[in-house]
Amino acid sequence: MLDIQDVEVYYGAIQALYAINVSVQEGEIVTLIGANGAGKSTTLRTISGLVRPRRGRVRFMDKDISGLPPHEVVRLGISQSPEGRRVFSNLSVFENLEMGAYVRSDPEGMASDLEQVFGLFPRLRERAKQGAGTLSGGEQQMLAIGRALMSRPKLLLLDEPSLGLAPFLVREIFGIITDIRSKGTTVLLVEQNARQALSIADRGYVLETGQVLISDTAEELLASEMIQKAYLGE
Amino acid sequence: MLGSIYALIALGYTMVYGVLRLINFAHGDVYMVGAFIGLYAWRYLGLPSEEGQAQVVSTAGLLLMMLIAMVGAAALGVLIERVAYRPLRRAPRLTALITAIGVSMLLEYGGQLVFGTTKQDYPWLAGTVPSSIGSAAGGSSGISIDRVDVIILVIAVLLVVVLQIIVHGTRPGKAMRAVAFDREAASLMGINTDTIIALTFIVGSAFAGAAGVLVGVRNHYVEPLMGLTAGIKAFVAAVVGGIGSIPGAALGGLIMGLSEEAVRAFYPELADAVVFGVLILILVLRPCGLIGSQTAEKV
Repeated sequence: MLDIQDVEVYYGAIQALYAINVSVQEGEIVTLIGANGAGKSTTLRTISGLVRPRRGRVRFMDKDISGLPPHEVVRLGISQSPEGRRVFSNLSVFENLEMGAYVRSDPEGMASDLEQVFGLFPRLRERAKQGAGTLSGGEQQMLAIGRALMSRPKLLLLDEPSLGLAPFLVREIFGIITDIRSKGTTVLLVEQNARQALSIADRGYVLETGQVLISDTAEELLASEMIQKAYLGE
Repeated sequence: MLGSIYALIALGYTMVYGVLRLINFAHGDVYMVGAFIGLYAWRYLGLPSEEGQAQVVSTAGLLLMMLIAMVGAAALGVLIERVAYRPLRRAPRLTALITAIGVSMLLEYGGQLVFGTTKQDYPWLAGTVPSSIGSAAGGSSGISIDRVDVIILVIAVLLVVVLQIIVHGTRPGKAMRAVAFDREAASLMGINTDTIIALTFIVGSAFAGAAGVLVGVRNHYVEPLMGLTAGIKAFVAAVVGGIGSIPGAALGGLIMGLSEEAVRAFYPELADAVVFGVLILILVLRPCGLIGSQTAEKV
């Protein structure tokens, strides 16, 4: 479904990604783990078109999407819930969800997806008319994910959904990610919380200083002694 | 009322600042060009005039002049955005600011080349012509409320209401607010941010064009440098109200206009000094403006 081939990305003179290869098959949850600055977010930003690769290609559903502007990438079926949530605080919760569905023009489909999102996150329904800026951090994370789902993406990119959340909320969010996949959306998940991410993922990539260190099934990675030492804190 | 004219111009400053964080110094000159477009439309298109009075335009004629000026100013605004600002989207903010000053000068002095350097007569609005023009023209003092002011106020209020409806009730309007808050996140929603920014210039410039025509029928003359002072005062109005805030710009414009007219009635030479004094006072007390937004990050 998604194929990142030998992608190299620079921020000015600084190279952020070195010939990265990542692939995601339809129906999978794939996770990118690694330390701060390893290039996880940059990989997602490249897929969404927020940064352009200097070399290499991003292919989605057999189409080269490298270099497409972000709004066209969304139209193809990739949506992202960015790092730090980035909800529109000046808009209401409901308007944020409307913006998530910006590319769509099927009112019935949008209404049923809105119901789905409210089903996943009942708190958002209660607060639909509130300003998004008044939500707690956890609620904002739910809104960011719900908003990304409103475009009915084929591939959902989640950047650090557990960042700054209390442990019980982290468990809730990861449970919901599993739900989202079971409803047919493929997920590419970036996480620092490696253990939790691997526990729900099918496969994982370990990134270090802009390169893929290892890629394997989530089970193998969880079992690997080296990964346990370096990333799982054992 | 002067205040409603400042308010109309201030809206454009505040909207463009909202989406681009750019003070579009050329905005006052778009207002000037709008006034001239209205004038030429009236002169050459034979817009409805009062019978037998060549220098008087009927209310319907005024609305048509405004409409044409709004379309023309919108086209100019979007052209400026496309040619001067869009190529600088990723450049440092200062670069765009200096470019804005350059565009402003281009319009002011280009305007003198095209329109001539002298003041040109603007038609009177039907029903506002004093019985003997010679005695009353230019002699307004105090907070004068006459028919033309009432009409200007009504039109300005209508336009502001329309703008509020656009921004809060329509999809492109909501997208505008989303882009203003976080352009990158908006692009991740599938919003074409360039289109929304162009739309912002269209709406803001159209309002300036309307203000240009209204000020023309109020003052009975226009000239290519009229955008300079009006632009600065409208900009100040936007800052007083809280730049980026639409109701703020409307409120700031009214305060600026009313205080200017009130002071002018008694101490004409002090009008501008007091107006800018008010600005300083308000900004000392409320640095974000009257309706300025302070956004707090939630963690």
